[in-house]
Amino acid sequence: MKKILENNVLESEAIYIFREVVAQFENPVLLFSGGKDSITLVRLAQKAFFPAKIPFPLLHIDTGHNFPETIAFRDKLVKELELNLIVRHVQENIDNGTVTEETGKYSSRNSLQTATLLDAIEEFKFDACIGGARRDEEKARAKERIFSVRNDFGEWDEKNQRPEVFDMLNGRIELGQNVRVFPISNWTELDVWNYIDKENIEIPSIYFSHLREIFERDGLIWSASQHVYRDEDELVEKRKVRFRTVGDITCTAAVESEADSIDRIIEEIRASTLSERGARIDDKRSEAAMETRKQQGYF
Amino acid sequence: MEVLKIATAGSVDDGKSTLIGRLLYDTKSITTDKLEAIEKSSKKKGYDYLDFSLATDGLVAEREQGITIDVAHIYFSTNKKSYIVADTPGHIEYTRNMVTGASTAQASIILIDARKGVIEQTYRHFFINNLLRVKEIVVAINKMDLVNYSQKIFDEIVGDFKELQRKSEFKDQTIKFIPVSALWGENIANKSEAMPWYTGETILQYLEGLRSEDFNEVTPARFSVQTVVRPKSESHHDFRGYAGRITGSSFKVGDEVTILPSLTSSTIEKIHFFDEEFEEAPAGSSVTITLTDEVNVTRGDIIVKSGEAPEGTKSLNAVVCWMDMKALQPGTKYILQHNTQNMAVKIDAIHENISTDYSGNSIVSSLKLNDIGKVGLKLSKPLFADAYKNNKANGKFILIDAHTNNTAGAGFII
Ligand SMILES: Nc1nc2c(ncn2[C@@H]2O[C@H](COP(=O)(O)OP(=O)(O)O)[C@@H](O)[C@H]2O)c(=O)[nH]1
Repeated sequence: MKKILENNVLESEAIYIFREVVAQFENPVLLFSGGKDSITLVRLAQKAFFPAKIPFPLLHIDTGHNFPETIAFRDKLVKELELNLIVRHVQENIDNGTVTEETGKYSSRNSLQTATLLDAIEEFKFDACIGGARRDEEKARAKERIFSVRNDFGEWDEKNQRPEVFDMLNGRIELGQNVRVFPISNWTELDVWNYIDKENIEIPSIYFSHLREIFERDGLIWSASQHVYRDEDELVEKRKVRFRTVGDITCTAAVESEADSIDRIIEEIRASTLSERGARIDDKRSEAAMETRKQQGYF
Repeated sequence: MEVLKIATAGSVDDGKSTLIGRLLYDTKSITTDKLEAIEKSSKKKGYDYLDFSLATDGLVAEREQGITIDVAHIYFSTNKKSYIVADTPGHIEYTRNMVTGASTAQASIILIDARKGVIEQTYRHFFINNLLRVKEIVVAINKMDLVNYSQKIFDEIVGDFKELQRKSEFKDQTIKFIPVSALWGENIANKSEAMPWYTGETILQYLEGLRSEDFNEVTPARFSVQTVVRPKSESHHDFRGYAGRITGSSFKVGDEVTILPSLTSSTIEKIHFFDEEFEEAPAGSSVTITLTDEVNVTRGDIIVKSGEAPEGTKSLNAVVCWMDMKALQPGTKYILQHNTQNMAVKIDAIHENISTDYSGNSIVSSLKLNDIGKVGLKLSKPLFADAYKNNKANGKFILIDAHTNNTAGAGFII
């Protein structure tokens, strides 16, 4: 039997984008959060350059408020694939006074990541930052380009974006500018899960159903962690939950779930009616929350 | 899963956003939290219906003005296909966005307000779809509820559109006319009971029925090299692979190939995809190819099957859609990006401005933002391109302003 490659449109598109990045930029980096989207990016990057190693480093902006499972997973992946990992800490920006820690009930270090990211871009002179954002996540992201130019301050000028015509990507920039690149722009949450399933990609354990100490607030389920502010009347209990996204522990809510395998997660998502970012408290602040953060240089 | 890329075109208020919102709703692609947000916003505005357009108009400025000004990408899926919709604005001053949105589309939905019929905007939308050679077109005649679901009005609009169709040079397209009410979900995913006289497909049925043969063109195979893979590791010491994406048709191991622009020949030794080797890889796939001979191949080179090579030329004529604030002038220089290669070009002449409403062409001395015109270009080195009408993938380019780095225009080689 003749062995004929079956084309996966979204996968081929992502690989094409990765190769354009390496050809057009001098110093790209992959922003790695430890979540399923950035893990998927790593697999796609591997495919794009095989048998060569991934020709750029990974950058993790560490808020210090992590799920320990994610960090363990990250380190294992880096070792197995012989990746070059750079970690920069939000704590450092807090210590040197360039950002101020939020206080109160909804305090989170999520938005503080931006300053640390911009510092790292400057420190290493990165000209392209590859991220796992998808257009289906949020309506401001629906307008995002695949190559999205940011100015010296990391700001996104959404009304003045370069037209992206055909499949041709224009990565020309001035010194000081950089480009955010989104290879899985056109994937949906389900596409990512189906890919993880088909490719047998390992993901951190917190994506699967597990028993966890939680408390409820505003109808959402929060991890009872030293990093998450909790009122006295917010009672801790144990429940079977899993996470649909893996961000900073202070802004990532869990969902009740029995899904303990990729198959069951996919089944659950198919049936589910709560969108992925619905469990992200950072978007709930206002209708334009995401757009505002993006203008300021967020991922 | 099959992926279908669709563009939508319509004038402001024809109901484009509502129609897309409907498709999302009827395919259960809107989640409860998004729906709640839509309900909340609709109520705040005092509507007694759900304003689905809120699901798609992403930017704050757009929500304020209630219009779509940039291309937004929207996703929904059924058991059969994943759909990617590029929602584009309809005004003449957004021609560039329409071209951008349609440039990746395999099918288009053109909206017409049943009360207004075929208007100048419709001409433009149809023109752009023809310029880009989108093969599958659905003309959705919307707001049928506001014209008493009248078959007569529908038939008149279809007649007018067919009149327009006669003016187009691009004949290889399929056009379907469907009477709909986006607001009430009639003939979007569910058949309308109010229009028993219409026995055809709903919009979703039509899209679901499209096969990849219907919307993908088959043309000679081209492989633009993106980057050279050289691991230089112990285990792959001499590996030298060419990474790129195949267009047009498949490549097979053993194919005799010619490398452009050097015109050297070789044979495909292996086709790699990740850690596997394949004997054949189809159009659309991103692979790494190794050749039997040690030839010099770099980024920007095009690998084609021997005997199927396009001619190289240092001057070409093209239709250009201008996308920059600074007008395109004869004598000026730009960077031309043709797939993976860049070269300096000089604008030799601007032959004419093409009116997008089929009212004829005019002689002009420059092309302004959103103009479409015929342009002559002088290239700094030979380009091995095809005419867009024969090979979309190898017949397109963009022009980049070297001073601002902006993508200033999109070109279709004649
Ligand atoms: N009666 C009626 N109104 C509609 C229909 N489709 C859209 N509309 C209304 O027309 C207006 C414009 O729709 P919108 O989707 O925002 O148009 P867009 O500018 O093309 O995106 C809104 O007030 C819609 O509620 C329809 O089929 N029937």
